[in-house]
Amino acid sequence: MMAMSHKYPDLSARNLGLAAAVVAIGGVSDWRLGLVFALWLAAWGLNIVLSGTGGSAKRFLVPTIFGITLLVLWQMSVRLFDVSSVILPAPSDIWMTILESVPVLWADFVQTVVKGALTGYVMGAALAVLAAIALDRSRFLQRGLLPVGNFIAALPIVGTAPILVMWFGFGWQSKAAVVVAMVFFPILVNTVAGLKDTEAMQRDLMRTYAASYWQSFFKLRLPAALPFIFNGLKVSTTLALIGAIVAEFFGSPIVGMGFRIKTSFGTLELAMVWAEIAVAAVAGSGFYGMVTLAEKRLTFWHPSQRANR
Amino acid sequence: MRNVLPVLTVVAAILGIWYLAVGPMNFRLALDAATRGGDTVTPASVAEQGQTGLIRLMLDNPDVIPAAYAFERPRLPQPQHVAVEIYQSTFGLIRRCEWQGWGADSDNWTGLSDGCLRVIENRRSLIFHAWKTLAPTLLGFAIGTGLGILLAVGIVYNRAMDLSVMPWAIASQTIPILAIAPMIIVVMNAMGIQGLLPKSLISSYLSFFPVVVGMVKGLRRPSQMELDLLHTWSASGPQELWKLRLPSSLPYLFASLKIGVAAALVGTIVAELPTGARFGLGARLLSGSYYGQTVQIWAALLVAAICAALLVGAIGAVQRRMLTRMGMAQ
Repeated sequence: MMAMSHKYPDLSARNLGLAAAVVAIGGVSDWRLGLVFALWLAAWGLNIVLSGTGGSAKRFLVPTIFGITLLVLWQMSVRLFDVSSVILPAPSDIWMTILESVPVLWADFVQTVVKGALTGYVMGAALAVLAAIALDRSRFLQRGLLPVGNFIAALPIVGTAPILVMWFGFGWQSKAAVVVAMVFFPILVNTVAGLKDTEAMQRDLMRTYAASYWQSFFKLRLPAALPFIFNGLKVSTTLALIGAIVAEFFGSPIVGMGFRIKTSFGTLELAMVWAEIAVAAVAGSGFYGMVTLAEKRLTFWHPSQRANR
Repeated sequence: MRNVLPVLTVVAAILGIWYLAVGPMNFRLALDAATRGGDTVTPASVAEQGQTGLIRLMLDNPDVIPAAYAFERPRLPQPQHVAVEIYQSTFGLIRRCEWQGWGADSDNWTGLSDGCLRVIENRRSLIFHAWKTLAPTLLGFAIGTGLGILLAVGIVYNRAMDLSVMPWAIASQTIPILAIAPMIIVVMNAMGIQGLLPKSLISSYLSFFPVVVGMVKGLRRPSQMELDLLHTWSASGPQELWKLRLPSSLPYLFASLKIGVAAALVGTIVAELPTGARFGLGARLLSGSYYGQTVQIWAALLVAAICAALLVGAIGAVQRRMLTRMGMAQ
């Protein structure tokens, strides 16, 4: 049983004593610090109890409590310690800003996410998959391209943003171009790797059916490559948003998330900056979620998806 | 080694496409200059040229094509010009370099004259700027990796931590945090934190999550049978961690370290962009973009690429050696 106890710590007297001591030390030096510590440890204790006992709901409940605790602590610390809004605005201020400036945020979202990131993402992904299919027949080029592609995928491609803004102008086209450059190689490398991921037995079976290249491609190898392709697509969702936002730092029309972050920062409206960050976070998670959902629908047969059922 | 020829072919193809693209990319600029210079071109007026397709223009004015390649401030420089720029802003900076020998006569402690050290000390040197970017990257990478491993151990050994932190660690990967890196720098400056630390904070954040996610996977890799074996030997928790879990997580650690170090470098470069940093590869990119110095931008980009390759390559070399010695190499 000793081996198990460190894995599932309970609210033993020793842990409670330690918590009380931390709160006391914080409280003696500054009562506000004590309050913050007390709240943190109380929420943490609640989570320990929940994760030890709770049923299936805890998978959802425990992270939610953790997230809410962080928000409450943030709010409390900002208010208690009188942190200037120029350094860190409180979550409530950020929420008010979001509510007040929905039209602005929506316009920025459309400009950066829909026009810049999504267009570039779709174009880059399509190009990468087509390039992988074109490369599929040449072992020689694949052997050369995989190391080079892996290398380029690790490069700071976002640094091409100033060049591409120079080429394609300040509009959303240049942002889409940056996104294409950023997502192309991760998806290409994954697709090429995925197209190789069939067993000799499966390919032989297709041969015994006298399947043509394209038949065996569409019925066997493309479906088998889908988990890899989706891996690349998922990695690229964040890259697409980053590319679209960072490219706006180098020049943009007077709308867009990167533009807003930059200018709001110049005028020290930090609540607006954080509002844009919140929108970016929600957009990024939603984008990722949508790709994951598509993956679940299309690769339901794959072991990694079956395990979740 | 069997990949050398294919890799060289692909690199040559990329360079070839680059070289071929220089003409069309700069053609309109060169044609514009030729028109203003009084040369006879078809169509004669700038307005008409604007409405004509690029291919038509190039076919009608083949004389201008060499000018497009030799254009002064090109939209796309030729690859060899970029190489020359890199050379000139590294080893080309050497002036009167000689060996002075150790001792009192030499200008500095290295025994080389000051002229040699211009390679790393001159403000125009790309090596100088690369170091200004690499230093915070390495510091941040070390911090991020250390914290990431600690958190991963906590997550594996503590159920409450696993349930609370892990979903957020995964969700945070979908947030484009890099996009706000410059702002974080300015806030830290406002709080009085300056120097290496603000930039390293960005790189540590970026290398932190790949390490956490990879290490949690790796630390959980030992099978129940292996864990039971250690249990029968009455191994303590730390012994189980040190002798079983950590060694078997190493392949995952190295895979995430490679992702993490690349992300850390990108983080530092982006963090330098709009904050008015004077030194660093990001600062070179930005000043090149302000003054239309495309060659300078490309040179900075290529040096950044070389840095990334060196970092990832170094980790790869350590990985190969270590895993071979531990008998885990693929």
